[in-house]
Amino acid sequence: MANEITMPSMGADMTEGTIVKWLKNEGDKVSKGDKLAEIETDKTVVEMEAYNEGFLRKITSSEGSVVKVGKIIGYIGEMDEEVPDDVQEDNSEPKAEIKNVEPEPEKTLAKDESNNDSSKSQSLDITLSSDSVQIKASPMAKRLAKEKNINLADINGTGPGGRITKDDVENHVPGPSLISSNQLGKSQNISLDSNDIPLNSMRQAIARVTVRSKTEIPHFQVTVEIDMTEAMKMRADINEDIEKNGIKVSVNDLILKATINSLLKYPKWNTSFDGDKLISHSSINLGIAIALEQGLIVPAILDAQNLDLISLASKSKDLGNRARGNGDPLSNQELTSGTFSTSNLGMFGTHSFTAIIVPPQSGIIALGEVKKEAKVVNDDIQIRQVMYATLSADHRVGDGAEGAVFMKEFKDLLEKPSRLLL
Amino acid sequence: MPQLVMREAIKKGLEEALQNDPNVLILGEDIGAYGGAYAVTDGFLDKFGPERIKDTPISEATFIGTGIGAASAGLRPIIELMSISFSLVGFDQIVNMAANIRYMSGGQIDVPMVIRAPTGAGVQLAATHSQSFETWLAEVPGLYCVCPSNPKDALGLLRTAIKDNNPVIFAEPALLYGTKGDVPEEYYEIPLGSASVVKKGNDITLVSYGAGMKVIEEVSTILDKKNISSEIIDLRSLSPIDYATIGESVKKTNKLLALDTSRRNGGIMAEVVADVQENFNDWLDSPIIRIGAKDVPWPYNKNLESNAYPDPNEIVDEINNKILNL
Amino acid sequence: MATLKQEKNKKTSKSSKISIEKREMLDIYKNMFLIRQFELACGENYTKGNIRGFLHLYIGQEATAVGSISNLEDEDYIVTHYRDHGHALARGLDVNRSMAELFGKSTGLSKGKGGSMHLFDAGKKFMGGHAIVGGQFPLATGLALACQYKKTGGIVVCYFGDGSTNQGTYHETLNLASVWNLPILFILENNKYGMGSSIDRVRAGGEDFYTGASTYDIPAAQVNGMDVLAVKEATKIAVEKVRQNGGPFYLECKTFRFVGHSLADGQKYRKTDEIKEWEKQDPLIRFPEWLLSAGIASQKDIEKINQEVNLIVKESVDFAESSSEPKNSEVYDDIYK
Repeated sequence: MANEITMPSMGADMTEGTIVKWLKNEGDKVSKGDKLAEIETDKTVVEMEAYNEGFLRKITSSEGSVVKVGKIIGYIGEMDEEVPDDVQEDNSEPKAEIKNVEPEPEKTLAKDESNNDSSKSQSLDITLSSDSVQIKASPMAKRLAKEKNINLADINGTGPGGRITKDDVENHVPGPSLISSNQLGKSQNISLDSNDIPLNSMRQAIARVTVRSKTEIPHFQVTVEIDMTEAMKMRADINEDIEKNGIKVSVNDLILKATINSLLKYPKWNTSFDGDKLISHSSINLGIAIALEQGLIVPAILDAQNLDLISLASKSKDLGNRARGNGDPLSNQELTSGTFSTSNLGMFGTHSFTAIIVPPQSGIIALGEVKKEAKVVNDDIQIRQVMYATLSADHRVGDGAEGAVFMKEFKDLLEKPSRLLL
Repeated sequence: MPQLVMREAIKKGLEEALQNDPNVLILGEDIGAYGGAYAVTDGFLDKFGPERIKDTPISEATFIGTGIGAASAGLRPIIELMSISFSLVGFDQIVNMAANIRYMSGGQIDVPMVIRAPTGAGVQLAATHSQSFETWLAEVPGLYCVCPSNPKDALGLLRTAIKDNNPVIFAEPALLYGTKGDVPEEYYEIPLGSASVVKKGNDITLVSYGAGMKVIEEVSTILDKKNISSEIIDLRSLSPIDYATIGESVKKTNKLLALDTSRRNGGIMAEVVADVQENFNDWLDSPIIRIGAKDVPWPYNKNLESNAYPDPNEIVDEINNKILNL
Repeated sequence: MATLKQEKNKKTSKSSKISIEKREMLDIYKNMFLIRQFELACGENYTKGNIRGFLHLYIGQEATAVGSISNLEDEDYIVTHYRDHGHALARGLDVNRSMAELFGKSTGLSKGKGGSMHLFDAGKKFMGGHAIVGGQFPLATGLALACQYKKTGGIVVCYFGDGSTNQGTYHETLNLASVWNLPILFILENNKYGMGSSIDRVRAGGEDFYTGASTYDIPAAQVNGMDVLAVKEATKIAVEKVRQNGGPFYLECKTFRFVGHSLADGQKYRKTDEIKEWEKQDPLIRFPEWLLSAGIASQKDIEKINQEVNLIVKESVDFAESSSEPKNSEVYDDIYK
């Protein structure tokens, strides 16, 4: 018998997943580790791997279908292995029963004919319309358009016969026709690009996740102002030493270490609310929000509680690289097992902001930039490096005071940073 | 710089060769006592004698073949045909003997000879005397084929053709025998297989050869008035063809018009166009047009002949229709 | 004794004494036998598929080639038609390289690019082997012009068949050779058939050709082409005349091919009786018979030659078989100098 492919569990709380896209076709050869399909969970879109070798003998759940975790979605096996027929294991609306009824000959004939006619006329229509859509462009124009990433359909051809010429391509101004006037007092004629912007599956998943988070989790925020001067000095000192080994400790690495140490002291924030209990986790899998072109992901450094600052720096850098596609892809675990997260918009000059908790986590710390400010220190005004950090916390897990205490620890760790080296 | 008409330039090249190389001799109908049908060899019989300037009976196959035999035994004969149309009578000798014998003998036998012949239509000589078979002969491996359009090129190419150790077809546009042009005093040669850029331009490449160059010049003048700058190329050599020069021009102008004054069908410009289409496709900003004479036997009547011959205004119309908005 | 019929300026027939010398006679026999055996080997190898295309065998006509070429010097040119193996071997072209050429091998005279109808050896002034009937006439004219122009003293021998006398170039060439007084010995190998066309079906003017040379003011004669000594003597006289006068001469050799036009010929156009009749004059039977009966050579001499020749032919086939094919890249070689 061929091996079953089942909807994988990709997170503790995943109950079902949607098959976004099959990456192999029925009959394709499959090796262990090959990506079989894109599965969308509440949190993200993940590629599922094959655990068996052979051929993708049968797909029983099609793209778009929602399937409970553990249910069969296909079969992998050798060409000569048995594959069961008619498996209805998905959770889509039950298939209409297939009745074996002998169709009345005459009626079906007429039906077929009319179908053929309509399909014929349909195909005629298609041919006509495809002719009218054909774009006339010279070979050079085609080449230039390709090089400049311009869609030929956007260009008006001025050559003989309406041909798109080299000049037409070179003179083409792509993008929304936003016209701005330099002269004051003149009436303006601004038109925005009113075309719909399609959302990819990742963006749609983020939409669902954030709505869910905000709907289900009662968020409250606690903001602290952190004097980062000592931490920055220590960081510079450390880097002077370790740079020759090719590692650097970033500001964010300090933040990560402070977060881990704070969680170790206040492990309540490393749990997940579950109705009548808080689910504790045996490790701190620290999520780092990373903005990619396609959207936001929050992969986690697993077992971060075991890492010292240098190891943490190395791991966080590696995580970032891999998230951007340089190296091995992120594992399912990394993508879905975070227990607490941080999000840093400091590189954009953000003063402070509030982040949305990633379910089923209980909190997320949002960080702004480190900036020189005039501060009162020992009744003097000094120039200090200052950063603002905001905790978003799940009120079902802890109250405002608990959040404040947690953030005080976080602040203290960074203001007296030698403790981060422990 | 001294000026010669093309006939004189060719004569000068022949005279030079006869003077410098005792193995050179000229065979042809009425080239001696008559002085040559187009007066190219006028005076040669007196100057060089009947051993070297040989009037032949009217027997193209045999006197062309005689040239081949003489060449294969170490002489350097120059055959004059009274018209390239008459090459048909001796086509077997040109193609099957002159072109093939080196190959068939595995390289043992050389044929260092030149076959000169007036070519082209335009003076109401009718169907059998108005053709341009340099195109047909250019196809044959084993032959070289050139056709100058001006006195300077005629002399330069003739010198090279006579010195070359292969059979060379030297087509002389009959319409151009009397056209004048600069011819340098100092010695020069023009290699076979080289086209020349006669005029530089940016908007469109116009290529032709022989009598077609006059038509091209008129087209170019009309285009100038419309602010279109054309680059003019004289092909000069039909075998081998200098595709590289044409390609470089097309890379610049992105547009090409190719003109034959022979019949359009099977004209040598078909080869030029095919090559540019294949090897320079990415630089083409429009289709390439190929112009030639109408595919008809050449009529005697003046207007009919003139209408069959390529017309500059019609060519400009074609450019407007297919290449460039003028 | 051989007799020579002469036309033009000599109305009386004349018989001449032919000198006989054993070595020379045995050489003549050897050359003829070599051609015969070579041609038979070609036929065999054609049926085996080693030789392809067209194959025109000279079997029966050996006396003409051997008898005539024995009179030529090194500076003389030879031009012939597509039935050229006999002339090639009589001129002394390398037997191995000839067979290799027929096999299409790179060791052939033309590196495999010519084939049976295009045997060439520029060093021996053997200028082909030509496949277009009558195509060789103008070439011969040009070669003769060069001999005259350069005053080399050489002459050109142009072989042709009865069929080619209807081609335009035949008449043009005879005319031009006469007008320009070119040193060409025209040797007609009249074997009565142009491929499948007997002379009477395609020619106005009867069965004898030499008489027509007078139209072009060319002296002419006719000889029995099956009698090698007659051919030798006739050619000797003709060659002398051409060299002395510097003008053309026309020698008609009446001969016969015992085999078809080519290997593909079913010979429906002639009767076996006729063939058998001519076979009685087979020079490879008559000549050795005569040598023996005249006491010029012994049976042992003949057999020794036979063995030598058979070995030569066998070696040539071995050579051809073991030689390599030309490389594909060679297709572009030797087109231009």
